[in-house]
Amino acid sequence: MPIIQIHNVTKIYPLPVGDVVALNGISLDIEEGEFVAIMGQSGSGKSTLLNQIGSLDIPTGGDLFIAGRNIREMNDDELTDMRLNTIGYIFQRFNLIPLLNLYENVEYPLVLKYGKRDTTGRPTELLRMVGLDGSIIEHKPAEVSGGQQQRAAIARALVNDPKILLCDEPTGNLDSKTGEQIMDILTDLNRQGRTVILVTHDPQTAEYAHRTIVLRDGRLAE
Amino acid sequence: MIGDFIFDLAMRNIRINFLRSLLAAIGIVIGVIAITAVGIMGANMTLSVTETLSANSDTIKVSPYSGGGGGMMGPPQGGSSSSDDEYITSTQLRTIRQIATPNTVIPVYSESDTIYIGGDEGRASIYGLAKSDISSFLSVTSGVIDLQSTNGALVGATLAERYGLKIGSRIKIGDEDGDSGTKTVKVSGILEERGMTFDINTDNAIIVTDRWFTTVYGGEGEYDEVIIKVKDINDIEALKTAIDDQLNRKDDEVTISDASRMLDSITSSLQTIISMMQGIGAISLLVASVSIFNVMMMSVTERIREIGILRSIGTRRKVVLKMFLYEASIIGVVGAIIGGVMSFILGYIVVLSMVGTTAYFFTIDSLIYVPYGMFIGVIICVISGLYPAWRASTIDPIKALTAE
Ligand SMILES: Nc1ncnc2c1ncn2[C@@H]1O[C@H](COP(=O)(O)OP(=O)(O)OP(=O)(O)O)[C@@H](O)[C@H]1O
Ligand SMILES: [Mg+2]
Repeated sequence: MPIIQIHNVTKIYPLPVGDVVALNGISLDIEEGEFVAIMGQSGSGKSTLLNQIGSLDIPTGGDLFIAGRNIREMNDDELTDMRLNTIGYIFQRFNLIPLLNLYENVEYPLVLKYGKRDTTGRPTELLRMVGLDGSIIEHKPAEVSGGQQQRAAIARALVNDPKILLCDEPTGNLDSKTGEQIMDILTDLNRQGRTVILVTHDPQTAEYAHRTIVLRDGRLAE
Repeated sequence: MIGDFIFDLAMRNIRINFLRSLLAAIGIVIGVIAITAVGIMGANMTLSVTETLSANSDTIKVSPYSGGGGGMMGPPQGGSSSSDDEYITSTQLRTIRQIATPNTVIPVYSESDTIYIGGDEGRASIYGLAKSDISSFLSVTSGVIDLQSTNGALVGATLAERYGLKIGSRIKIGDEDGDSGTKTVKVSGILEERGMTFDINTDNAIIVTDRWFTTVYGGEGEYDEVIIKVKDINDIEALKTAIDDQLNRKDDEVTISDASRMLDSITSSLQTIISMMQGIGAISLLVASVSIFNVMMMSVTERIREIGILRSIGTRRKVVLKMFLYEASIIGVVGAIIGGVMSFILGYIVVLSMVGTTAYFFTIDSLIYVPYGMFIGVIICVISGLYPAWRASTIDPIKALTAE
């Protein structure tokens, strides 16, 4: 069974000036272990689709199954737990918690999951894996570079060992060399068996993926 | 515990916004001080008044009925009887003695008059008492209590101090320019200070013998009041009823009172004043709660992206709610602790200056207001933080992430 099943999903934002149809009847299956790139023009609905898959948002219509569970039938706590345990989200803006240092940012989902501070050394291990070592991990996000923040964000996304990694333009705010390093890390993670879904504007970045899906006005283009 | 982590986050946020949080806490500090210090002061006043008056709880006072109605509803005899014309007759006194025996019954003559000491002129209460009665409830710090010579007098502690009176000092009583001229008494004893009392206030008075009094002012057998010193205070009600039955059978002739009524009315008016002042304190807490609310709303607005991040990586609503409630509670607890300590100190100063004694300060009745005020301070903070915290927890994570 595909790990992600999207059946005729629509997302409509009701606005005073009229409804905005961000997703218009999308159907798509993604198998476990796939590396999928989502492309399309600005406003075509890429982020919206990723947010539905990431259980951050609920579709207006259609069915969306993540790891066998129907998103539209889950309550807020269940959706939240899905984000904690099954999904790792990597954002263009890194989205680290400014009050926590890099180590604590990575540790945080573990604390949420197990209800206690980490004693296994997993955050340090993951930080080392993404190339962050030494005293840098005690710095707050504002005190390190964008590339370092994104590495920490990847470590955080991985810490609860999620089945699915969602990346919304993870290299969009990075120079091309750093971007390539980040893509290498993601490729490695995919080789280890994780499902990776990547939103990007950049065709070169999309080449890392097995399959590319193009969105146009909320529909699949091909 | 995730709670510890979240608590830590709340703590860090307060530290980052230290000034803002401190200002909010100061509001709570002031509110806590207001209700606590007033509470402490009230408790001390009440305790001190109660203590003073319960020393008089063995006293019944019978005084001439002065008419409760007034205005058009004059007394039946119709005359415009001034209070000087009203007195306890010797017949009434005899009845009282019959009822009150074996308790001590002390008939009192009283007058207020001009006095001259050396070159000084002043006014004082003059009490005429039977020699044997004087020693039954008064005592002296110097001199002798027995008035051996007819013109001997005892003076109250305050009066003695004010005019520098000593044993042997002479006091002229009466108006120098008046028709009846003045009479002179010689101080033979200085009375112990008695403070607020229910029977007669001797501190600013001159005590003379009943003989001297009636010789000077006349009116023998026409007493201004009768004091009964009761041996067992449980008899007070029965005695009052018995005297009332006998003397007020037809008309209201006498007023019978004891210290408990006075105590009740003083403590109840004290209570009213204290409640009003605490009400003002409560208003300051209300103001504080508005400022906490404001600070919390600012905190939520400022941290909206952070809330989005927390939610998007799997933080439940309840945890976000908790984080903001922690923040409000920390401000509340800090404010309450500072407020508690300061109201302890300020309370002490206020009690010392307004009540005059700190004898009751370290009692439970008084200090209970410290934890009480602190508790209210914290609760107010938490309540003020409820809505902002709820707002934070229900923000749509996507909207929060894309904010700014
Ligand atoms: N919260 C919202 N309310 C109203 N309309 C929205 C909202 N979020 C997105 N939209 C609209 O939905 C459409 C799809 O937006 P989306 O963010 O998914 O585009 P995108 O493909 O990610 O674009 P970009 O490449 O610029 O990130 C756009 O027209 C956008 O204006
Ligand atoms: Mg987008």
